[in-house]
Amino acid sequence: MAQTHTQALAKTQAETLSQTRTLARGFADPVHEGQAVFRAAMEALSRPGRLRPLATALVPPAPLTPELAALALALIDADTPVWLDAPLRAEPAVAAFLRFHTGAPLVDAPDRAAFALIADPARCPAFTDFTPGTPAYPDASATLILAVETLSDEGGPAFAGPGIRGTVSFDASPLPADWASRWAANHAAFPLGLDLLFVAPGSLAGLPRSTRPVAPEMSPCT
Amino acid sequence: MNPQGPLSVTVSAGTGYNFAYLDEGTKRMIRRAILKAIAIPGYQVPFAAREMPMPYGWGTGGVQVTAAILGAADVLKVIDQGADDTTNAVSIRRFFTATAGIATTTRTADATVIQTRHRIPEAPLAEGQVLVYQVPIPEPLRFLEPRETETRQLHALAEYGLMHVKLYEDIARHGHIATTYAYPVEVAGRYVMDPSPTPKFDNPKMDDCPALQLFGAGREKRIYAIPPYTRVRSLDFEDHPFRVQSFDRPCALCGAEGVYLDEVVLDDAGGRMFVCSDTDHCETRRVETRRDETRRADGHTGEAA
Repeated sequence: MAQTHTQALAKTQAETLSQTRTLARGFADPVHEGQAVFRAAMEALSRPGRLRPLATALVPPAPLTPELAALALALIDADTPVWLDAPLRAEPAVAAFLRFHTGAPLVDAPDRAAFALIADPARCPAFTDFTPGTPAYPDASATLILAVETLSDEGGPAFAGPGIRGTVSFDASPLPADWASRWAANHAAFPLGLDLLFVAPGSLAGLPRSTRPVAPEMSPCT
Repeated sequence: MNPQGPLSVTVSAGTGYNFAYLDEGTKRMIRRAILKAIAIPGYQVPFAAREMPMPYGWGTGGVQVTAAILGAADVLKVIDQGADDTTNAVSIRRFFTATAGIATTTRTADATVIQTRHRIPEAPLAEGQVLVYQVPIPEPLRFLEPRETETRQLHALAEYGLMHVKLYEDIARHGHIATTYAYPVEVAGRYVMDPSPTPKFDNPKMDDCPALQLFGAGREKRIYAIPPYTRVRSLDFEDHPFRVQSFDRPCALCGAEGVYLDEVVLDDAGGRMFVCSDTDHCETRRVETRRDETRRADGHTGEAA
């Protein structure tokens, strides 16, 4: 059992994973860590564009980042088909980690996924490849979790909408080149659309489909 | 079988239940529904509501939402028609004290999670607080159109003419909109939503509220949400604008005006009084009044407080 692993092994297991076929550990305390990560995600989606801390001790197999792994363990399970982007799919240890700890079916077609984990957000497939829900069931839509390098709530493009008092600036990097038009199209389809969670080392932010990009010339000065 | 389970088992002291009663798989399912509800304000997300150890109508939906969001550091307040000390509120508070071992309070300002049955506290809510409503019938169009397949289409098409006809019929019959509770609202300019049977007096508090508002209907298996700072408009007509109830007297106990009052029958000879429905608000005001009076009295006799 994982409990017999020494602390030292736990630290180095990420590097040695492919050789020794040991499995990186999940949450030490699934109940409270899962709750804390969910609450961070709930806050992130209810206050779009605002950065909040996300601390985790997970050491998942790269390129799965600790934050990506934390959200995956907190939100996905056997009921949620998961799609992995190319870098995550290229590392079999990632699929093994997710299969063992969550039991989630990993799907090849992005439009079948309830959650998509994206380690290379600059090359994220078109948003239209994922399912936006149906007019009768807009909740049956995908949630994308993107591991970016940096998150910023200063100086980026402005957003408004539910959860935002006035407007909020939000920027993440790297993002696809056509990010602005992608997000505008995603919001325009409301109530259909994708919901995005962004993770960077130690932090988290959310953009639900209800968040509207504010055109720069129309953005108020206050 | 949950592979995350056996590594570490968190059971609440003495009860043998998982933290906050629900198993982790159920919590994840409810949590995912909550996230979608937040992303689509006012839309009712179906969820697989569980049997709870309390009857339907006692807040099984609210309890499941609360159980799914609750953490060990949360401070829980539960109100039933504004009161902290009625059966439903006391039972639910005890339920979470027993199964989650968390702190509870009756003070609105001290709570991080407030579960409510049919009132919004008088004290303004703050960022970081979550208000969880117990909802009996989440579908605002249900009494106008009994078929779920139809109401779902109406929401999909944003076709809310039926609701306006209903409000119009109120005016035709009574001369004013006679709906006084569960007064329909439009959330973020899109979905028409039932605010649960709160008095319409509380509807304006939902608009642009700094706290997150979550709604759970256990029997009907729906979760919906109003994110913070979201426009919530009570439906009305230009010539019949939305208006809240007003009371012609202050609270008989604390003297508060502009709050929602309950009628209390005192005897069988027609004696009655009107008191704050929000017991915490009333008590806080009475304590403050008494402190002020004591201070004034002390000042008058020249003694130090």
